[in-house]
Amino acid sequence: MSGWIWALILLAALVPTAWLFRFAGRLTRRPYFRDMEFLTAFGWMLGLAALLFGLQLYFFNEQAQFFRWAVQGLAIFAVAAWLFRLLGRNVGTQATRRLFRHMPLTASFGILMILIYAIVAIFAPLLAPYGQAEIFPAVNVLPGGDPALGGDPTHPLGTDQIGRDLLSRLIYGAQNTVGIAFVTTCLAFLLGGTLGFLAATIGGWLDQLLSRGVDVLMAIPSLIFALLLMTIASAWAGSRSELLTLYMILIIAVIDSTRVYRLARAVGSSIVVMDYIEAAKLRGEGLGYLIFREVLPNATAPLLAEFGLRFCFVFLTIAALSFLGVGIQPPLADWGTMVRDLSQFINFAAFSPLTAALPLMAAGAIALLTVAVNFVVDWMLHRSSGLGD
Amino acid sequence: MVSIVIFLAVNALPGDFAQAILGQGATDEAVAAIRRDLGLDQPLVTRYLSWLADAVRGDLGTSFAQANFASFTGTSQENLASVASQIAPRFANTMFLAGVTAAIAVPLAVGLGILAALYRNSVFDKAANIFTLSSISSPEFFLAYILILFLAVLNPLLPSLSNIYSDMGLGARLERTLLPALTLTLVVTAHMMRMTRAAIINLLASPYIEMARLKGLSPMRVIVRHALPNALAPIINVIALNLAYLITGVVVVEVVFVYPGIGQLFVDAVKIRDIPVVQASCLIFAGAYILLNLLADILSIISNPRLRHPK
Repeated sequence: MSGWIWALILLAALVPTAWLFRFAGRLTRRPYFRDMEFLTAFGWMLGLAALLFGLQLYFFNEQAQFFRWAVQGLAIFAVAAWLFRLLGRNVGTQATRRLFRHMPLTASFGILMILIYAIVAIFAPLLAPYGQAEIFPAVNVLPGGDPALGGDPTHPLGTDQIGRDLLSRLIYGAQNTVGIAFVTTCLAFLLGGTLGFLAATIGGWLDQLLSRGVDVLMAIPSLIFALLLMTIASAWAGSRSELLTLYMILIIAVIDSTRVYRLARAVGSSIVVMDYIEAAKLRGEGLGYLIFREVLPNATAPLLAEFGLRFCFVFLTIAALSFLGVGIQPPLADWGTMVRDLSQFINFAAFSPLTAALPLMAAGAIALLTVAVNFVVDWMLHRSSGLGD
Repeated sequence: MVSIVIFLAVNALPGDFAQAILGQGATDEAVAAIRRDLGLDQPLVTRYLSWLADAVRGDLGTSFAQANFASFTGTSQENLASVASQIAPRFANTMFLAGVTAAIAVPLAVGLGILAALYRNSVFDKAANIFTLSSISSPEFFLAYILILFLAVLNPLLPSLSNIYSDMGLGARLERTLLPALTLTLVVTAHMMRMTRAAIINLLASPYIEMARLKGLSPMRVIVRHALPNALAPIINVIALNLAYLITGVVVVEVVFVYPGIGQLFVDAVKIRDIPVVQASCLIFAGAYILLNLLADILSIISNPRLRHPK
């Protein structure tokens, strides 16, 4: 408990410092410091204190291995994103160069990460040293590759409780988890988008029927509904795990297509009332032409942004299901399952930081991709809305 | 409507509970006997209507697993634990967790949102933007394990397991709830803060804010006294939606921290296919979700005078 009290005392001690800082600022001629509010001064002091604390932790604290890793990781990512943006500004066609010129660092980081994930996912069999289900006699080899500490140079990240190489499983996880999430999102868009545009274009009883049905499905929280349906699917699939994975794709696609339907219908119905649709109808164009040639091209921007967000949701839902033990099934390597299986290692953090980092690596791999996609979507929305805030 | 969907979905389970508990070598008579005991031989519509009628009266039926246990040990059917009595204490625990989370998250989110709007486009705002976007998009278990790593394992400030008993004092209970509550707070605060900031910034371009600024009011006063009341409707809406989101987030977090709430009961029941418990928990989750959405609508109408007095 004393840690909390110290933090509070520290915060209270910052108040007079901030006051002093502002007082000193009044003496200068610079308008920014002269007219500084107390809250701003406090913010500066807080930032300064955090910086000092961080420096102390980084250089003088032996225990703070995780903090050092986090800082190093952040620095590497920032430099990589900056280099990538530099590359994008100077290489490529006129259009892509212009795109990169006004890109914030977060967005170029997101694009870089998505590219890396895509490459790892596609070339997983070439990158991974072993197969994902290959079992070795050495069980529970510790990570680090140092034989004196229970490691093995041939398994850089060690092996799990039944002797599978963890590095290979981490790499194959990109293929399985990301690939399955991508397929699921595409299915959800195909289903939800088609029905949504149909409802918007045709209207009438079809619209009513679909919309009310979607209302009912949306009234149940999606993770709860997915868990409920997965129970049924696991009973149907029996012991065939690849069938269960297939059912999971279908279930999550249906649940998420309700959200896509909502958006597609909303966007579609605001397009359908336009004059050029009226003109096309008077020309006697068919339903297919109306949807694919008139509505769809005008709805791409919001749908594309939604695709990114929806992919994140689907990805997180799949990870959560796997984490709870009903998602992607064992022979396939998967990050959610890995987090659950390795989670106990976190208790060894004080003795072997690398071992404790294993579950965090799998969870971090999930987090990194969703964060990257969100950064890109955020930038896209910001750009298309034209808002400078 | 929702109850029909849940009921149909659950009853589509093949190889029903009678076969599940007796295993492969069950005789037909034994299966039939258990089915009769549990009422599984009735037609679907009858079962649905009787379940719904009972549920409305607050009787959620008897857990199959408990009934099975009772018939196994030979205890009488009268003093069985009903689903309602099984769920009630866990429901209270979950509400406690959600309450603690809301008590931390709502003031924090609104305060930070106001600050971010006040110092928009500053270093603080940009850092807050990156931080909130990352914590929204990370999975709950990632945040949970990071918190466990730093607050429970490396610096033992809080217990990493929230094993709560009914006869526990409020202080001890609060201490054990704090870590899951902090995890949920991280997820929810980020969302609410972004919406608060966006709602306030949306209003800053309007003429009356310009007027207030030209009068010489301080920026803080302009935002808190002039912008905030008008931004209240979307903020309340997003708070209620996030509380509804807490309900789904609670499942994963409860499993991570072994918190004895309704989410854990639900996951366990899903694993052993205990139909009445799954139905009841699903119904409670969906009910709370709908109720909070309804509450969001009502509150946003109340907070807006133009909607309160229809023409």
